[in-house]
Amino acid sequence: MPSTGRGAALAAVAALAIAGCTTPGNGGGTERAAASSRHTYPETPYASTYRPYPGVPTALTGATVYDGAGGRIDHGTVLFADGKVVGIGGPDLAIPAGYTRIDGTGKFVTPGVIDIHSHLGDYPSPGVDAHSDGNEATDPTTPEVWAEHSVWPQDPGFSRALANGGVTALQILPGSANLMGGRSVTLKNVPSRTVQGMKFPGAPYGLKMACGENPKRVYGGKGRMPSTRMGNFAVNRQTWAAARKWADGNRAERDFANETLAGVLDGDILIQNHCYRADEMALVIDMAREFGYKVTAFHHAVEAYKIADLLRENGICSAVWADWYGFKMESYDGIPENAALLHNAGACVVIHSDDANGIQRLNQEAAKAQAAGRRMSITIPDEQVIGWITLNAARAMGIDTLTGSLAAGKMADLVLWNGNPLSVYSRPEKVWVDGALLFDAFDPQRRPVSDFELGQPGEGDVK
Amino acid sequence: MSARLSSAAQAALLGLALAVPATPAAAQSFAVTNATIVTGDGSEPVAGATVVVRGGRVVAAGPGVAAPADLESIDGTGKWVTPGLVAAVTELGLWDVSGVQDSNDASARSSPFSAALDIAPAINPASQHIAISRAAGITRAVVAPSAASSIFAGQGAVIDLADDADPIVRRRAFQYVEMGETGARLAGGSRVAAHALLRNALREALDYGRGEAIGGAGMRGREPGRVTDPQVVDNRMVPPAGERASDVLLTRFDAAALVPVVRGEQPLYVHVERAADIRAALALPREFPRLKLVLVGASEGWLAAQEIAAAGVPVIANGLTDLPSSFEQIGSTQSNIGRLVAAGVKVAINAAAMEQPRYLPQFAGNLVALTRMPRASGLSWGQAFAAISSVPAEIAGLASGTGTLRAGAPGDVVIWSGDPLEAGSTPEMVFIDGVDQPLDNHQTRLRERYRTLDESRLPKAYDW
Repeated sequence: MPSTGRGAALAAVAALAIAGCTTPGNGGGTERAAASSRHTYPETPYASTYRPYPGVPTALTGATVYDGAGGRIDHGTVLFADGKVVGIGGPDLAIPAGYTRIDGTGKFVTPGVIDIHSHLGDYPSPGVDAHSDGNEATDPTTPEVWAEHSVWPQDPGFSRALANGGVTALQILPGSANLMGGRSVTLKNVPSRTVQGMKFPGAPYGLKMACGENPKRVYGGKGRMPSTRMGNFAVNRQTWAAARKWADGNRAERDFANETLAGVLDGDILIQNHCYRADEMALVIDMAREFGYKVTAFHHAVEAYKIADLLRENGICSAVWADWYGFKMESYDGIPENAALLHNAGACVVIHSDDANGIQRLNQEAAKAQAAGRRMSITIPDEQVIGWITLNAARAMGIDTLTGSLAAGKMADLVLWNGNPLSVYSRPEKVWVDGALLFDAFDPQRRPVSDFELGQPGEGDVK
Repeated sequence: MSARLSSAAQAALLGLALAVPATPAAAQSFAVTNATIVTGDGSEPVAGATVVVRGGRVVAAGPGVAAPADLESIDGTGKWVTPGLVAAVTELGLWDVSGVQDSNDASARSSPFSAALDIAPAINPASQHIAISRAAGITRAVVAPSAASSIFAGQGAVIDLADDADPIVRRRAFQYVEMGETGARLAGGSRVAAHALLRNALREALDYGRGEAIGGAGMRGREPGRVTDPQVVDNRMVPPAGERASDVLLTRFDAAALVPVVRGEQPLYVHVERAADIRAALALPREFPRLKLVLVGASEGWLAAQEIAAAGVPVIANGLTDLPSSFEQIGSTQSNIGRLVAAGVKVAINAAAMEQPRYLPQFAGNLVALTRMPRASGLSWGQAFAAISSVPAEIAGLASGTGTLRAGAPGDVVIWSGDPLEAGSTPEMVFIDGVDQPLDNHQTRLRERYRTLDESRLPKAYDW
């Protein structure tokens, strides 16, 4: 992370500033006090202002509970209060006094669904040019841009993801035009007037990177480097080498690109790497080794099944669609069994959307991927499949100690489904974020309507 | 046949490459017994039923039907049997990789022609997407070009997905026109321009049809409203009878192609989303009374449901579109189709509004799910299935009974592992015109190659 900044100091106090920089990230307090005109950069700019909304202590009883961590409880009880899960168990779990009971008989409870790959807000609806804020496609490496500065909180897509998809947290990524597209932001799926009001407290940043066709097409098309896959790697390596040098220095001068890259090298910022082809993922793994960083997840990863062993050994998650393929050359070998083959090999699977419609059906995408496995005799129990859209996503976003599974003390982000979420016939009936009921199918008012939709056809309609 | 059924699963497991016949296989005669049968006409599934196929056609289906002793019998216990799915609108067979322009014949930005474009010669029956869609239970598809040089995309076709060299069921089956935001852009910048362009084109086609004496063999004297006959004559090839007026906009080829449209002999598929655009399209027959309209998209159809129903215009509607993705889709909702059907509109689920045509059953299942949601409008199971079988078949002008298992229907039969609208079900056998179809493809071969990652003996490239 950046030091408490001195880079913007006035020339008049430059000497003091330089002196202060000898202890980056730490004080120089007396000097600062002396130089009253000197600005101090906040440690956490654009900080989350999200506070959980009020909820009531609630006991969900009698439902089938998939806890997100691979556990299943029939006729289970889930208790939550003050925004946190209090406990989960079987029918014998004692329900404290004062809890509102909701009968979940015949229904299912899961942790809130988490989408690790979304462009809600940075490519919002309506998808007009004026809203195209996801790719800073003017330079092949833009680690200095932050997705949160593009997110439009009034994107109606957030509400659809909540009501139809049971999505309670999501990572908004820059697009894939650039080799290094910029920082991601992880959000709670709560309506807010500001993006800060959605930011997931305590979530680490990600750095979006992209392999393959997109960067070389975008920049090759502009007559500049990279125009080939080898060009992609050359630009990346030079950029990492420079970042390594910067990170090994005193990090004094504000340099937003290198601050992000240094965050990666320090292990504070997670690499979320768009990459389709198996051979290319293998090269990226070596590039990470060369410069001393870690790839947390490959996104799209349609050929991950070809290197499931390599991904398992390197502890890298694959965030995949159930069955997208064929729309670009590097997606030609996509197969519906990708997730099941990865899971079967012991590698980490996340089902992602990358799509404002797909995010409303991540549960069904997971079910399709599960079924494709079953067709080739790979049987994966429902309670593990639910992990693909909950705890595994949380793990690859660095928020798994906070959410993603139903365990005492974790955030009360959960969904009550009116049937098995892996059935096409099931829908979220109620969705809670930090214990606050933010969607209720039986209460027309308990459904967010964005500013954009007010006074327009279909305002407040079922969607 | 019964042995074949059980071996089908094994073949799938082993990834055996089923031999592709050099010549089309003969239609088989068979019965599937004790299955859950879906007729496809909107009725609900029936358990413990039998379907009989003979000579490439369905002979009988239902609970009281006995399997003829002379036919091979497939045990359908635990299985579901349905008519093949009919996918409308698609680009099946028009591209290999949509993003690789060399492989993509869906649109022609630089062509001097528009309405005259006939996609039939471009359809590649060996396309992987046809094979993959076939394995997903789709047996017939409506294939449309994509507009690029004009509001007119050209003439689409109806195909079958059988593993043979002849995919075309009906060529020049319809004309496709863009009349919303896309049409406005293609016409020069506004909806106003699109409407002017459309009207001018139809008037030129009327004049051309009269001047060129088009309407001879195969056209004149046909029963009005009968669209199941193929277009015998390609108007574009009718020799010119004389000079055209000097102020025409359309090429002779394009004008000729629009003659059957303006005469109501070829349906006009109109892509519109906004309610106002739908109403503007529905008003066209006041000026061109014989137009046979089909609406495509219609995200805001529910806002004009009564008018669409009154006009008797069928709709190939977006199924789960619920975002204001554009200003012409502000009112979109997943309840659109449910509300349209409730108003009496004939609705098929639009395969163009999903990632791949094989999502059709999933989308239909989602419309069933809506019936359990307060305030939402969905479809009954039978209605939802019909919206991906018999209804699109009927809109496409396919032979009577297509998309159903009624007696006389084509022998397009799919045997599923379970409820076909459930995410977890898969087709185990697919018949088209009674011919047992191979279900292997590039994807199944990859799956089998990478079932294990063992290369201790030889590289993966030798595993085939």
